[in-house]
Amino acid sequence: MNIPSLTIGRVREGLGKKEFSARELAEEALRHAAEENPKTNAYLHFSPERALAAAARVDEKLARGEDPGPLAGVPVAVKDVIVTRGVKTTCGSRLLAEYVPPYDATAVIRLEQAGGIIIGKTNCDEFAMGSSNENSAFGPVRNPVDPERVPGGSSGGSAAAVAQGTAVVALGSDTGGSVRQPASFCGVVGVTPTYGRVSRYGLVAFASSLDHIGPFSRTVRDSAVLLRAIAGRDPLDSTSAAAPVPDYAGLMDGGVKGLRVGVPREYLKDLASETAGLIERGIEALRGQGCEIKEISLPSTDYSVACYYIIATAEASSNLARYDGVRYTGRSANSETLSEMYRNSRGEGFGLECKRRIMLGTYVLSHGYYDAYYLKAQKVRALIARDFAAAFEQVDAIVGPVSPFPAFKLGEKIDDPLEMYLSDIYTLTGSLAGIPCMSVPCGRTAQGLPVGMQIMTNHFDEGRMFRLAAAVEGGVPPVTPGAAQPLP
Amino acid sequence: MSSIFAGLAQPDVIARYEPVIGLEVHVQLATATKIFCSCPTSFGAPPNTNVCPVCLGLPGALPVLSRHSVELAVKAALALNCAIRPKSRFARKNYFYPDLPKGYQISQYDEPLAEHGWVEIAVEGAVKRIGITRVHMEDDAGKSIHDGFRDSDRYSYVDLNRCGTPLIEIVTEPDIRSSEEAYAFLTELKQVLQFIDVSTCDMEKGHLRCDANVSVRRWNAERFGTKAEVKNLNSFRFLKQALDYEIARQVAVVEGGGAVEQETRLFNPDTGETAGMRSKEHAHDYRYFPEPDLVPLRISERWLGEIRAALPELPARKRERFLRDYGLREYDVQVLTATHAVAEYFEKVAAVSGDPRASANWVIGDLMGLLKAAGKEIADSPVSAENLGELLALIARGEISGKLAKEILPKMFASGEPAAGIIEREGLRQISDSGALEKIVDQVLAASPKQVEQFRSGKTAVLGYLVGQVMKATRGQANPAAVNELFKQKLS
Repeated sequence: MNIPSLTIGRVREGLGKKEFSARELAEEALRHAAEENPKTNAYLHFSPERALAAAARVDEKLARGEDPGPLAGVPVAVKDVIVTRGVKTTCGSRLLAEYVPPYDATAVIRLEQAGGIIIGKTNCDEFAMGSSNENSAFGPVRNPVDPERVPGGSSGGSAAAVAQGTAVVALGSDTGGSVRQPASFCGVVGVTPTYGRVSRYGLVAFASSLDHIGPFSRTVRDSAVLLRAIAGRDPLDSTSAAAPVPDYAGLMDGGVKGLRVGVPREYLKDLASETAGLIERGIEALRGQGCEIKEISLPSTDYSVACYYIIATAEASSNLARYDGVRYTGRSANSETLSEMYRNSRGEGFGLECKRRIMLGTYVLSHGYYDAYYLKAQKVRALIARDFAAAFEQVDAIVGPVSPFPAFKLGEKIDDPLEMYLSDIYTLTGSLAGIPCMSVPCGRTAQGLPVGMQIMTNHFDEGRMFRLAAAVEGGVPPVTPGAAQPLP
Repeated sequence: MSSIFAGLAQPDVIARYEPVIGLEVHVQLATATKIFCSCPTSFGAPPNTNVCPVCLGLPGALPVLSRHSVELAVKAALALNCAIRPKSRFARKNYFYPDLPKGYQISQYDEPLAEHGWVEIAVEGAVKRIGITRVHMEDDAGKSIHDGFRDSDRYSYVDLNRCGTPLIEIVTEPDIRSSEEAYAFLTELKQVLQFIDVSTCDMEKGHLRCDANVSVRRWNAERFGTKAEVKNLNSFRFLKQALDYEIARQVAVVEGGGAVEQETRLFNPDTGETAGMRSKEHAHDYRYFPEPDLVPLRISERWLGEIRAALPELPARKRERFLRDYGLREYDVQVLTATHAVAEYFEKVAAVSGDPRASANWVIGDLMGLLKAAGKEIADSPVSAENLGELLALIARGEISGKLAKEILPKMFASGEPAAGIIEREGLRQISDSGALEKIVDQVLAASPKQVEQFRSGKTAVLGYLVGQVMKATRGQANPAAVNELFKQKLS
């Protein structure tokens, strides 16, 4: 069996025709991923025991003639900020290098209930903070398309695993673009569902009001199937939504004729020409399939970077307080007092980007600054949400770029955090509004670097988002998995 | 050497100043499970066993607000005459401490559950109203244990069982003017909260904890003085002691030409003193912000109505009514309204017996004596209120004597049986039938010529002896009033 060529549907067919058992597939996927991993460093650790146990359950169900679930036998990679019982969950941080959670995230439970096989945990920026995956305590991830380049971040490992073909689908997390941007850089599909659509229980928090779990896949259909399996109300997450979960894959078909698609003028004005050209080609493909294309305005877009980096860092400064050396986190040796223990453990444990964001967040919440920063940012966030609400009065969906540029080289931007933050502009607005957004491959640059188109729809309207993505997918050449070269 | 009198103002000097006190009271809600997870709140479990990913603050875990906690908090706020906000919000209070595993407490800040309440206390015979600024909900931290272990010189131990226990914080207006008023307020508060089953208010177990904001000013001064926050006032005695000390200390500072510092002070029960703990410069900046893991708390009119309707009559009202309607003594009313269970029991006894005063005496005297000896609460009394009421009704109807009833009650207490069964089985019914009694009276008269002689010669006190003889012959079952009457007829 050829792991890189698999889709959820192909796995289902293979199991049905007894071409392979779930166990054989899991073993081969584990072997293949371990073999390929040195090229990208996409995985931090593998979970063979868990994978084989899950595969055995699928085989038993098949033997009994029961439905093994929509993800039966499918090898899945899970970002290492999503907790897995008995399997290390490091969040890409030295502080949690040896942390083994005693419980499973709801998304992980649902994934396995649907028959999915978790083969390993993927690398990421420390605590999901970063846009290049260079902030991992366990080394950067290489882009399978070009190992000199970053895979994007923070879910770089999950994007790379899917692009490399070592996993059929993967789970990532997105706070300000951490699924969409790496999907765009690696040339795969990445989805940020509506806030509240997928339970956050067991997703290690970065910025709670913005954190999402979302799927990666090589085809739009596979993301639709994966999202359906993990979505829905969870009594363990008060912010999860009760809205019914439709059959997203079923809603994909039916074409896009007559759909009104908005293109925000604010999104194209400063865009690098090559990326702009590819996005415009994607837009033309939609027009060609019967969409009505309209220019719209999202006037608050310019404030989104400032707004996001206040709210996200404020919440992060609080969420990351628990890594203090007292309990499961690594504790610095040689501390004489409690405050020294705190300072040393955190000082030695956190990487530069985490420290930067903890300090920013602590500052904006400080006495006397709260109103000027945090409160103001919340008001701007409401304005951004209002921009979208107004736009969705006129259009069914909004499309644009995911990132101003394709994958850049390792080390190219790491010393300029501000430029790195500014490059998140197109993904941040959707995150702040809590609407569903995704990246779908939309062609490659002359250098062969993938560019993703972002599609956004109104709250809980993932169905139409997938339908438009399928139309874009049909209009551009597909990605060839496993294109990476070995690391020099 | 420190003495509690060192640096303190004398009473005549203190009298020139008006103390201004506000209290912050933390109360543990009497729920079976924690506020944001389903771990038990039971006291005394082995360390770090009543815990789960949520209350341990493990990465990825999320809080879910318990309905019962909200219900009890709303109940408390209503009993304290507060207005409940239709929408309130939780906020994170950020600080580092080893027994705070999340690195923040989930509390409420600018949108608390309830505001603008009051409690009435009696001050020198008059009623005084103490304002309640706010009532808000929060989760408790764990416990740090700094001594008692072999390596306590180097390590502290942490028990997280208490983490996530539901609390309400009740903040008063600066309306309290003396340690006596503070004492009276806390007493009333405790009684109200116990009465409505919101909390056991057991101070020894930390279910009721109190901090005080204290300042002093010259009488008739317009502005408040600078306040100090005094922590660790965890018994009624400590509250009074600490406030008296702090008032005298502050007056001495002002009298000495100094200025009271705005600071947090800790009361030391061993010395009776308060000592500086944190100055204003070192005050925590808790960096409050809305808790993003919880949605705003909305209390519907309907739910509020249900909780309000289920609220029992509160102690102050009940005391008024017992005094007025039952004609009881002040002291008896205090005892009978101490808890909801006692008040309810008493009222049932009174209704069945038809004699409130006798009911009060029997409940406070005999029944509480038996309960105390058996180490039982009134809610677990083997003698139901109905059965005690029946027993008292038998006395009222003259079917048994009070003396006999005092013998019957312990038997009822031991077996849980109603009086009737015991009376029947042991043949204890009082003889009121004048025919039967007359025969016995005649026999006693015939056998006691000397006493009859004495009575006739004016020594009427001998009647007691004669009645006693009848009681003896009937094993106490004769109705003493009827016997008396018969003797008087026969001897006149």
